[in-house]
Order: sequence, then structure tokens, then C-alpha cells
Amino acid sequence: MADYQTHEHDVLVIGAGGAGLRAAIEASAGGVSVGLVCKSLLGKAHTVMAEGGLAAALANVDDRDNWKVHFADTMRGGQYLNNWRMAQLHAQEAPARAHELEGWGAMFDRTPDGRILQRNFGGHRYPRLAHVGYRTGLEMIRTLQDHGIHQGIDVHMECTVVRLLKDGDRVVGAFGYERERGRFKLFKAKAIVLATGGIGRAYKITSNSWEYTADGHALAYEAGADLQDMEFIQFHPTGMVWPPSVRGILVTEGVRGEGGILKNSEGRRFMFDDIPDNYKSQTADNAEEGWRYVTGDKAARRPPELLTRDHVARCIMREVKAGRGSPHGGVYLDIAWIKEKLPNAAEHIKKKLPSMYHQFKQLADLDITKEPMEIGPTTHYVMGGVRVDGDSQMSTVSGLFAAGEVAAGLHGANRLGGNSLSDLIVFGKRAGEFAATYAKANRQGTVDGRQVDDIAKWALEPFERGAAAEGPYQVQYALQDMMQELVGIVRTEAEMQKALDGLRELKARAVKVGVGGHREYNPGWHSSLDLFNLLAISEAVARSALERRESRGGHFREDYPNKDAKAGTFNLVVRKGRDGEMELVQAPISEMPQELKDIIEANK
Amino acid sequence: MTMATFQIWRGDAKGGALKDYTTKVSDGMVVLDAVHQIQAEQANDLAVRWNCKAGKCGSCSAEVNGHPRLMCMTRLNQIDITKPVTIEPMRTFPSIKDLVTDVSWNFRAKKTITRFKPRTPDAPDGTWRMQQVDIERVQEFRKCIECFLCQDVCHVLRDHQLFDEFAGPRHMVYAAALEMNPIDTEDRVSDLKKAHGIGYCNITKCCTKVCPESITITDNAIIPLKERVVDQFYDPVRKLFRMFQP
Repeated sequence: MADYQTHEHDVLVIGAGGAGLRAAIEASAGGVSVGLVCKSLLGKAHTVMAEGGLAAALANVDDRDNWKVHFADTMRGGQYLNNWRMAQLHAQEAPARAHELEGWGAMFDRTPDGRILQRNFGGHRYPRLAHVGYRTGLEMIRTLQDHGIHQGIDVHMECTVVRLLKDGDRVVGAFGYERERGRFKLFKAKAIVLATGGIGRAYKITSNSWEYTADGHALAYEAGADLQDMEFIQFHPTGMVWPPSVRGILVTEGVRGEGGILKNSEGRRFMFDDIPDNYKSQTADNAEEGWRYVTGDKAARRPPELLTRDHVARCIMREVKAGRGSPHGGVYLDIAWIKEKLPNAAEHIKKKLPSMYHQFKQLADLDITKEPMEIGPTTHYVMGGVRVDGDSQMSTVSGLFAAGEVAAGLHGANRLGGNSLSDLIVFGKRAGEFAATYAKANRQGTVDGRQVDDIAKWALEPFERGAAAEGPYQVQYALQDMMQELVGIVRTEAEMQKALDGLRELKARAVKVGVGGHREYNPGWHSSLDLFNLLAISEAVARSALERRESRGGHFREDYPNKDAKAGTFNLVVRKGRDGEMELVQAPISEMPQELKDIIEANK
Repeated sequence: MTMATFQIWRGDAKGGALKDYTTKVSDGMVVLDAVHQIQAEQANDLAVRWNCKAGKCGSCSAEVNGHPRLMCMTRLNQIDITKPVTIEPMRTFPSIKDLVTDVSWNFRAKKTITRFKPRTPDAPDGTWRMQQVDIERVQEFRKCIECFLCQDVCHVLRDHQLFDEFAGPRHMVYAAALEMNPIDTEDRVSDLKKAHGIGYCNITKCCTKVCPESITITDNAIIPLKERVVDQFYDPVRKLFRMFQP
């Protein structure tokens, strides 16, 4: 029999970024016992990386803003594949969640009259992002952490869940290991909230940390839950490209919000060349108007650099492919040019974009107040994830909830910048609340001891194969190279077929991976288990991308470059079939209520 | 191709030693890249904490050639790689394995500091009004990424191991952020003097020097808190009298 420690909680939250912390706080407020599992130390989750801000229609800077405009912006950005109920709740509840953070100690930048300041961001009609310089994510996670540690939540730091446990159709627990000693842990829980973030480590160029190995996606999939929209991955248009070791690190959209422009090697501001029809009416058609917009002129329309991320990323790829790229395979992002407009531009840039100034100075030896930056797209976010009920965030498996990046629906085919931090707190709260309600209405289920023994045995197999076998990193690198090349920003059927073949080969290699050393804090061992999640979810991405024969949002097919109206009526759902093979179905999008249709129409 | 040698401390709570690894280095690499390369190619089980690799999460703290640094923000062209580069864990904290230390004391210490409690919202819309000038000094403290390098370098903790008596620079910054928050209603001054041992700090400013976020820990956080302790606990008249004694 396997040796493990047992912990019992009413609600178990897996993941301790913004969504997980918010869910744990809410569940605890609901009067149930809560366990919170974090893969790293508390407060280090990927939420700290979020820069630009939190989208909430507070209307502090432009009083024309309200939840309806935010809702319409979110749906337009998501190309109407969004779960409209989530988009509605998100727009309605984000302002209250933002104020709640302030009541827990967050210190947002202020307007001259002392309210929360808001800034412009791509795809948002009005200045809407509450922010703290360019470290809004850090402010959010620290606020939730410092509040959360006083709520009686049991925190299990540096602990990774490898499998969910079920009793019939219901989820009843989770099994994993703690990193420090490598001991197994069994968590019994009446309800489980997944808040594990995304899948960025499936790609070579990514802004995501090592933790982002699709754990929650794979846990849900293995437990029989439906995933949806897995073809939609956001490639952030501006990641660093030079030097090689920093490739993929994010350059905030705020650079463009402050007036940064994109240029090709010929010095042409190429974003003016291709403005999509549905954004024409709100986009500036000359440089002068764009500058007036970023300096706060309410009558001006936003510059084309602030179009949605999917579009900007593709325009950059087009320039690079046409041979008009920068020396290291990107294009130029220039904020230094504003010295033509402002007398004290260098000081202004340092004050407005301090973290970007330091990031380039320290990592690339480049002064952004003097020279343009070289940037290119980087894998940033997955819109797809666990299919959930819009109100409760419960998945298709009873007792299993999901919130934040691991859940699908809010963002549809493309996420707007700023809508992620608000997503975390709006739906983190909802998931925690409904998980607590579920836990109160249900008893602890029965954990199957044999199943636990099997998982424990499986988890230790890499040690049996030992250091003589192929190591996990080589397989992970091969996967990342392949996904980057074949299932990246621009996709074709032939390439994705090749990727599916490649995935079969990598899966065969993954089951033969071995590691040396012992179980105590052994990253090689951890990586060899994470591999299975990455492989399963990479398959879901490739299959979904193959099936969607159109281009929309984060999904671009070179062989089907246009949007297809019929394909806009369904989400693609991935689940584990009865035979254990991956199954793909089209799930029709439910009819939107008339009042929401009217809002979209009114904001066209 | 340039090669460089890194002497990485391998071991655990029972002991350990520096071990040599030679690996190729390229343009723009940071110390963490070298560690990852060694981990992938030569030592799969080499333990190291990291997350964001962009100086924002504060996970990869270590001592590079004896200097407390974030490995992800230390470029190889800032150090002399013609000689072996030593990479050791933060020495103030107990070892877990290799470059990973047990920093759990920090999380326990933080919990002992009285939490934020705002006054009742007093603006007409049910929130608060705060002026930017009033929150800027707090925002400086809130830049902290909890890398614990300030704790690592503080002699009260590093040399004297007074973990039960002194909360350390990180938590002085945390307490300062709370004390200077314009809408907070709690008073932490008595705790700072007694439970958190602010008097142990003798302003050597080592913490300020190593802070990767450039927080002016000593001048902006600790000294103002010391002044509050003095105001509350030491009679100013007697203090003045003492100043004039030989």
C-alpha cells in the first residue's frame, strides 16, 4: 500500500494565484474548512506577472463607461464565442470586486479627485483598467495573500496534485506530492476548485513560468470533465526577442497605451495598413489622432496599435514573414519617438513605464527612452479550458469547479487585456461561494484505496527507470519546439496532422523517461510527471485547431483565412471518450437573451 | 563558443559542498539560464526555485559570488566568468536541498503583524478618497516581491539568528506600508517595539543595498517606524536631557 499523509477539507482549492486565493477566501467566508494547494510558495503564482491592470467599468475617468459597454467590448473581442452569461456577470461584478480589494489593502493609482485611476487598453472603448503602475498583478496577489492568511485557510505550499479522485460521478479528492520531501498527500474534499492557470509551457516562446504545465486542464480532462475552446491561444504581440535567454518575456501593452508605435525595418508604421472592418469606426486613421487618444482626448479614436492582441500579433508575423522584420526576427516597438511631442519625454517614459525601462536596461542593455525595442509574439494565455456553468463555475463533473485561466467561456476566441485580473476575482469569488454551498449540501465521498495505490505506483515509475533513461527535459523541449512550429500563430491542416503524429511519438517517449536522485526536491521527477499534462492538453489544442476550419480570434488558419458564420455558432468541446481516446464535439452556443443582443447592437 | 564554470552548492540540511559544472554560455544569459542549462544537461535533480524569470516574483534568490541576488536578473556580463562563479543558497535560512532553502519562517512572521483594517468608507459612493501624494510612499513598500534577500543579508538574522525576536527588514517594510496607509485604523507601534524587535536594527542599510526593487528600506520604512516608537515610548524631555550629558 502507498505511503501518504491524508488531509481532509470541505473545499480544496488547487492553485493559489488570483483566482485560487479569491476562491479560498470566499469558501472560507461561507463557513466551511478550506485547503489551498500551491505549486510554488504562496504569493509567487503567475498573477504577479500581470502588468497593465484590472478591467472594471468604474467610470472614474470617463463617465460614459458602464457594464454594458464593457460587456459589449468583451463579446466583440471574443468574436462572440464567449459564454455570454459569464461576460455579463463579469462586466457587472468587476467594479464591486475592485473596490473590495481596496478594502483589503490594495493601493491603486488615483485620479486627481482621489478615486481609482483607470487607463486605456486594447479593445476597451474607454479608459477602464484600474492599475498600480505596471505591477497590478503583484498588488492583487499580495492583497489577496495578506488578507487570505488571516482567514483560517490551510495552505499547502510547494505541493502538486497529479490526479483527481472520484466516487461514481462525483469528485471526492485529489492525490499529489509535496516538493520538499517528495512525500505523497491525499486530500479528501467535498468540493474542489481548479485554479491552476494555463498551458504556456507547451510552447517554446512563452511569457509563462515553469508552473504553467496545463495541470488543471489535464486533471479535469482525466476526471471526465468537458474542456472547450482549446484551439484559442493568445499570442501576446509584444514579447522580448533579444537576447535569446529572455525571448518571450512580456513587454506590457501599456507601452502602446502610452503612445508606443510599431514599425517595420523600413520604418513604416504598418498597423495602419490593416484595420479590421468591425473596428474601423473606433480606430484612428492617422498618427495625429492616435497621439491625441493616448494623451487623453476623448474625441479621438484609438491608434491601431491598440487593436486586439490576436490581430496585432498576426500583423507582426506578416511583416516578419515578408522580410520586413528586425535583425532578430521581430519588429520595432518605439516609445522613444514621443520626444518629438514632449519636451521631457525621457523622464515621462521612466515615470510611466518604470518596469519596462528597467527590464530592457537590465536584460537587454537597451535604453527605451532612446532606442526602439525589438519585440515579437509570445505565448501568453489560453482562452480555452474547463467548460463551466456561467453562474456557479461548476464543470460537467459534479463537485468540480474551475475559475480563472483554467476555466473557459469568458473570453471566447480572444481575451482583452485587463479582463484576466477581473476574471480572477469575479469568478474566483463565484467558484468559492458555490463550492462552499456544494460542500455544505454533500458528505465526504469514499476514496478508492486501490486507485490511490495505482497513482502512487505510476508516479514513482520515473525513478525505477533511473538516470540511464532519457531525461524529461529533452522530451519537454522537443514538445515545445514542435508546438511552436506546427500549432502556433499561423496554422494549416498538414502541419497539425504532423503535430498529432509527433505527439504520439512524444507520448511513447514520455512513458520511458527516467530520473536519478531521490524524491526530495527533485525537479527532474516533477517535470517527468508534468509532461503527461502537457502532452494530453497539447493534443486537445491540436485536435481542436484542426477541427475549426476558419480563422477567428486567437486561431488563425492559413488554409481557411476567413471567418465562417456557421463556425461562429458553436464551441468545440473536448472530452475523454469511453474508450479512453480523445473525443471532439461541436456544442451549439445557447441563444442570447434579447436584452443582451440589444446591448451589443447599441454598442456596435 | 565560450565556456564557463559554475560552482554550485549541492547538499541538504545534513551538509554539502560546491560542485563544479562547466557549460557553454551565450549572449545575454543570466545566472538562472546557466543553472537551468546545467539542470537539463548534467544534473536533472538540481533543486532551484524560480517562477517568472523576469524579476517580478522573487523566487530565485541566491548568493552569486557571495552577493545576494536574483539569479534571473544577474547577467553573466556583469560578473567575471573567466573565474569559476559560485552559486550558493541564501545562507540565513536552513537548507532544504541545493539552492532551495526553508523560508517558511517569513510566512509565519508575517502572520504575527496586525492585519490591515480600514476605516468605514466615507465617500458618497461607499468607497474612500485617497490622494496620489498620500499613497506614493506606501506604493514604494508595496513593490516588495518577497524575495527575502533583505532578510538574508540582515546581520540580526544572518549572524545572530534572532528569528524569535526580530521580524526582519521585509516585515518592517510590510508594517510600514500598513502604518502609513491613509485609511488603516490599527496601531502597530507597540508590537514593533516589543514583538518585532525594531530596536535590533542598527541602520547598517545592507538590506537597502540588496533590494532588487530598490526600496529604500532603512530610510523610508525602518527609520520612520523607529521614530514612531520613540514618540510613543520615550519621553522627549528626558531624551533631550540625555543628549546634553557627556
